[in-house]
Parts: sequence; C-alpha cells; structure tokens
Amino acid sequence: MTAMNLDFSFYTWNLIQGYILKGLAFSVELTIITTLCGIALGTLLALMRLSPNPLISVPARAYITCMRAVPLVMVILWFFLVIPFIIGRPIGAEMSAIITFTAFEAAYFAEIMRAGILSVARGQVYAGEALGMTYGQNMRLIVLPQAFRNMLPVLLTQIIILFQDTSLVYAIGAYDLLKGFETAGKNFGRPIESYLLAALVYFVICFSLSQLVRRLQKKIAIVR
Amino acid sequence: MQWDWQFFCDDIVTQEHVAGCIGRGDVYTYLNWLFSAWGWTAAVSISALALALLAGSIVGTLRTLPNRRVIPFLAASWIELFRNIPLLVQIFIWYHVIPVLVPAMHGVSSFVLVVCALGLFTSARVAEQVRAGIQSLPSGQRYASMAMGFTTPQTYRFVLLPLAMRIVLPPLTSESMNIVKNSAAAFAVSIAELTMYALQVQEETSRGIEVYLAVTVLYAITALIVFLVMNWIEQKMKIPGFGAGRGR
Repeated sequence: MTAMNLDFSFYTWNLIQGYILKGLAFSVELTIITTLCGIALGTLLALMRLSPNPLISVPARAYITCMRAVPLVMVILWFFLVIPFIIGRPIGAEMSAIITFTAFEAAYFAEIMRAGILSVARGQVYAGEALGMTYGQNMRLIVLPQAFRNMLPVLLTQIIILFQDTSLVYAIGAYDLLKGFETAGKNFGRPIESYLLAALVYFVICFSLSQLVRRLQKKIAIVR
Repeated sequence: MQWDWQFFCDDIVTQEHVAGCIGRGDVYTYLNWLFSAWGWTAAVSISALALALLAGSIVGTLRTLPNRRVIPFLAASWIELFRNIPLLVQIFIWYHVIPVLVPAMHGVSSFVLVVCALGLFTSARVAEQVRAGIQSLPSGQRYASMAMGFTTPQTYRFVLLPLAMRIVLPPLTSESMNIVKNSAAAFAVSIAELTMYALQVQEETSRGIEVYLAVTVLYAITALIVFLVMNWIEQKMKIPGFGAGRGR
C-alpha cells in the first residue's frame, strides 16, 4: 500500500547518544529552569496584580496581558533580536530560549497562581490578620501553601504544555529534542522515520505525565 | 537607534521607494506583502477553527455516549493523541510524512496540510471543552428526555447539545484566540503568513524591531477581532434566564 518501506534500523544506540539525548537534555533543562523561575516570577506577578495599589497592579496586568496576546514564536523572535541590543553582545540561541520562556511562561503561571490565591477562602486571610501576622507572613504561611495545593493539577498540566512548547525554539535554531530528531533524519536520509519517532517520544513523555497528573488530581480530590 | 518605517513603502525587488506605499500591478511593496501575510494568517486560522469546531464537537459528543464502550474509547484516544504531541511536530508529520505514506494525500497543498495539523490539534482541546460542557449538565436533563421517549440522537440534538454548546462558548472563545496565536507555527513549513513575513523581511531589510512590531500588532488586532466576534455570537445565542451557572 505504502509508496516506501519504513526502516527504523538506523536508530542505533550510538545515534541516539549522538543526536537525541543532547536534544532531550536541553528540552528537559529548559522545562525545569522555566518552571522554577517562571513560578517564582509568576507568583510575584500574581501578588502584584492582586495589589490594591494601582501603581503596582497596573504594570503587572499590562505585562501579563501583552505576553498572553502575542504568539510564543513571536516572543521567541523578539527576545532573540532584542536581548543582544540590551546587553551589548550576541547571545546563544539556548540562553536566549531560557530567558524568553521564563519571561513568557511567568505570565501564564501568574494567571494560574492568581486563580489559586483567589480560591483560598477570605476568612483564612482575615484569621491570619487577626493573629497579628504581617502581609508577608500571611502570604507565606497561610495563603500561598493552600493556593499551591489548589492549583497543583492546573500547574502541572501547564508544565506539560510548556514541555511541548519548547519545540518552538526551532524558530531560532536552538538544539532541542525535535531538532535532534530532525538533524538525525536529515543526516541519514530518513526524515520520515525520524519525524514519526519524534512524535512517538513526545507522545509517550506527555501522555505518561498527564496520566500522573490525573492520578494526583484524584488523590487531592479525596483529601479535600 | 532610529525608527525607520519608510522601508514598508519600498518595492520588494528593486528596493525603490514607491509613492503612496501601496503598489499596484507589477509593483509590490513590503506593505502589500504584509497585508498578504495577514490574509494568510487569517485564512489558516479561520479554516483551522472551522475544522477544529466541527471535529472537536463530534469527538467531544461521542466521548460522552452512554452505555457504549468502543466509541467513547476511540474518542478519548483521539483526544489523547492530538493533545500529547507538540503542534510543531504534528505540522511536520502532516507536511513531511503523511503525503508520502498516504497516497491520497500526495500533492495536497501545504496550506491544506497545515490547516489539518492546526485544526486537528485544536480539535482535541475543543472536544475536551464540549465533553466538560455536556457532563456539567444535570443528569435530570438526560433522564427527562429518555422519559419523553427520545432516542439517543434526539436527546443530544434537542436537549443536551443546545444547552452544552452555550455553556462552552466562553472557553471556545479563548481556544479561537489560541488558534490565531498557534497559526504562527506554520512558518516552519514556509506558509507565507505573518511570522514567516517577520523572519524574511527582518533578514532582507535589517529593520527587525519595526517589522516585529508591525506583525505583533497585527496578531493582537486579529485576536481582538476574534474575541469580539465570539462575544457577539455568545450574546446572540443567549437564552434569557439560562446562562452559565444559572437555571441548573
């Protein structure tokens, strides 16, 4: 039926080591760094956005709205163009990707954290204040732990989406998992098999993670 | 750094300034090209949105069929398949793999292939929203239509879907705005849309900031138009007294 026969035999351990693992390492590294820095920055943005002082809340809201209105690919291109201007020297595609993703995902994490903070009953905040806690203590000890817990499934789903989105660093030629498969496919003249394997690997990773999130979600739901 | 927007009025071949900016006949300026690119972005987004809404509504509905095993399982597999592979990888699969492996798809234009990729990718998200919408309805609705003697298709056609589709309109609005943003990934297979334009014209004119700014603003305007249209539809479809969160 098919016009050609699929042949995956060229995918030896050597090739995987040489092409794929390097790309996978960068995709995972990008995901982890973005998650950690993005959640920190996102939480800060969420707290700013919830501030009653417009001087603090308006810039945070503007930043979040702008980031969410623009395609990620365009943000990647913007940062790749503008960062060298600002710091005055060229920057590698990989480093540029890390900065871009942190700045971009922070806006999405901020919206998740904001929803999480708002989901904590107001009485909790008042109780904290009644006990004489400062704003910082109240947030750190009372509100944020509960917000994180409420938002955990959404947060983890966003991290899976983030892992999928890392493939968009293709736009600036950074070497990620997809690039690894593409380069291997080109060098061995077997692009079709390579793209199919790439899809399979992404699917296995993301599907397993989303099943884990689902299981966790059930566990949390029972406790509450 | 100095602003320079003049290059938008230049001919893309001769680089000569064209009076009035918009070229006619054989004259084609960067501004002409920008609007053509915007048109491609709109065409890809609207076609993919139509496909996503159609396929997503069907799959999401099938996912909730009662007393069946195979069909809901197939629908769930569809959702997991298209949701767990990055959009860019799906675009490459449609563009590089499917025309070779599926003889019927041989020679199909890259526009159609990208629309399939983006449309089916989004259909999984739409299907999840539709499923959630149907499942959020009180089960009494289903029982009532069964008691009235409705068949399963009639139950869906006259009772469940009219209610569920109105509930899912707000999340579908954000999916529609996402599809405009996601259409940017089509640059990877050389569709002449806005991101492709940004990459190429930045290279040719070295006026990266101005080009990116123009493209970014057009993306924002497009998303805003989609938002307004979807809001208008939502207002038109509203049944008085039965909004989301009321009348349950």
